[in-house]
Amino acid sequence: MNRGGRSILNEDGSCADEFRDVIPDNDLLAILRTILLNRVVDRRLMMLQRQGRLGFYLTSTGEEVVTVGTAYALQEDDPIFLTYRELGALLWRKVPLSAIMNQLIGNVQDINKGRQMPVHYCYREYHIPSISSPVGTQLPHACGFGYAAKMLKTNQVALAFLGEGTASQTDFHAALNFSGVLNAQTIFVIRNNGYAISTPESVQTRAPSLAIRAEGYGIPGFQIDGNDLLMVVQTVKEAAARARSGGGPTLIEALTYRMGAHSSSDDPTRYRSEEETQRWEKVDALARLRLHAKWRGIWTDAMEEEVWADAEKAVTQMISDCERWPPPPVESLFDDVYERMPESLRMQKEEYLRFLREKSRQ
Amino acid sequence: MSEERTLTLGGAIHEALHQEMERDSTVIIMGEDIVGGAGSDEPGAEDSWGGPMGITRGLVGKFGRERVRDTPISEAGFIGAAIGAAVTGLRPVAALMFVDFFGIPMDQIYNQGAKLRYMFGGKAKVPVVIRALIGAGVNAAAQHSQTLYSIFTHIPGLKVAVPSTPYDAKGLMCAAIRDDDPVFFLEHKTLLGQKGHVPEEPYIVPLGQALVRREGSDVTVVAIAKMVEVALAAAEELAAEGVNVEVVDPRTLSPLDTRTILESVEKTGRLIIVDEDTPRCSLATDIAALAADEAFYSLEAPIKRVTAPHTPVPFSPTLEAAYIPSKAQVAATIREVMSA
Repeated sequence: MNRGGRSILNEDGSCADEFRDVIPDNDLLAILRTILLNRVVDRRLMMLQRQGRLGFYLTSTGEEVVTVGTAYALQEDDPIFLTYRELGALLWRKVPLSAIMNQLIGNVQDINKGRQMPVHYCYREYHIPSISSPVGTQLPHACGFGYAAKMLKTNQVALAFLGEGTASQTDFHAALNFSGVLNAQTIFVIRNNGYAISTPESVQTRAPSLAIRAEGYGIPGFQIDGNDLLMVVQTVKEAAARARSGGGPTLIEALTYRMGAHSSSDDPTRYRSEEETQRWEKVDALARLRLHAKWRGIWTDAMEEEVWADAEKAVTQMISDCERWPPPPVESLFDDVYERMPESLRMQKEEYLRFLREKSRQ
Repeated sequence: MSEERTLTLGGAIHEALHQEMERDSTVIIMGEDIVGGAGSDEPGAEDSWGGPMGITRGLVGKFGRERVRDTPISEAGFIGAAIGAAVTGLRPVAALMFVDFFGIPMDQIYNQGAKLRYMFGGKAKVPVVIRALIGAGVNAAAQHSQTLYSIFTHIPGLKVAVPSTPYDAKGLMCAAIRDDDPVFFLEHKTLLGQKGHVPEEPYIVPLGQALVRREGSDVTVVAIAKMVEVALAAAEELAAEGVNVEVVDPRTLSPLDTRTILESVEKTGRLIIVDEDTPRCSLATDIAALAADEAFYSLEAPIKRVTAPHTPVPFSPTLEAAYIPSKAQVAATIREVMSA
């Protein structure tokens, strides 16, 4: 069972011989391990949120083949313009778990100084620009990056993720049209997981596919099975090669399924059946990949047990390492608004610190 | 009997929407995820969401999906469509979700909705209400916590309501829906659960009418939205020190009830404005300028403003607590002007 789109993997986990080389065995194992780690991080952090130890969290369960597979198919220095549901891309790029956890807590160790909402990651050295709460704003940015990369001959390709709901935004249209006109080195990947919070895909558009919009912008568009790792990797690799060789942008619509809630703020059992979700569990991204790895003869249940156990340990360590740090210092509130602090803001800072001193004296 | 009746502020808004939709079949609601479960065959999935705070939950069952509409994710799309429908004869209430998202549909708001009446020589009206959540205090950081009402107040043609009590929330919403101009109706997220007296029958709190929340003779504190309860708490603290604080709640920022504010300042001779917004070009500076212009000779002390700093809203709960004006800051400022 899948939601459709072009695929390589068969239902029994097999594939035609010529596709096996799309991902060598060792890489496939590394991707599988990353996805398992992703699952553990998501499950444990959602529990932490329920315990009141994290203000907000949001999982990507069921969609990791798209996120990890896409990151795998790119060069390490290709920027990935994320939404809030692509933790797998960070894990594939080996962003340290502590850096992720410090961001979620917003403590003094957070490299972005406790400024951004949880899950709004930003890791410059891993080529991950900051995530935005208003959706779709990253798409014109990716277009601009892809244009600049072409002009500056950096050989980088910008890849932007979005959900199918965001394809309704004006920024989506502008970014795709511009990318086509500018022949930008940009790839757009729609993670079509069926839901925008509670709003199903059918309320976003009457069209049977989002990929067909590519034709209107004069660029290639593909609707693929987003839970088929080989299909994801092959499509993104081809798009990246096309962009790097001057062939312009590509739109990819990856059909997948959001197994969990939109975020810690909603309860999906209120707007869709548990039976629907259970049906997906058997054929979700992880189940499909596991089946394929076993078909290759490179994966056993015992190996998986070991990876789960290691991931649990790593996540436990991550939580205890990061929860002990204090919040950022109060005076840091006033930093980084401008390159140099204007006099008026400096006065506000001094006045506030004076108020705190007097308060502590009372 | 109705004196005993209480609702939350969110519940009061829901009741106003319900009653106005019953009263007037041209009232419609549109926005992202305001119903939930659209297109689902699941029993009970219909009406499963009601917006991030559940305010619109329960309306679709009574009024149907044509009048309570989940839209695709496009703020420019549904705010623009609401304005178009308003000019055509409906009274749409568009739910922007968080006010921080106003930038996406801004042209529709300030170049279209706000100006159509004027540009059409008075021959068009735009009876649209735009609901949005404002305010810090829930650790939602820079793009989910702003107030931004000064921006809408700045634009000729827009009206701006900022209720601080359930009673006012219902009355202002009824007024906003019946008003023939575009109204921004701003709901402070930390106030939505506050309970208070709300009569069952529909009623109006007129746009442009402030309220003296607490009478006093020594100093006027003008406070907006969430800051009203902060000011009232500070006033209680100062009462123990023998200082009589008057707290004025503007309730609408555009139009602004300048008369009530000036009468209070003329009575007390001192003015503090408490505003959760950032300080530059803000309601705090606007009201300070008003008093300096019109009540200068009544003033016995400099006008003071207690505001957020000129920074974005940080995520870290510690930093956010420092960002939001506190009771202690207001109390310290009252003591300062009393000793001037």
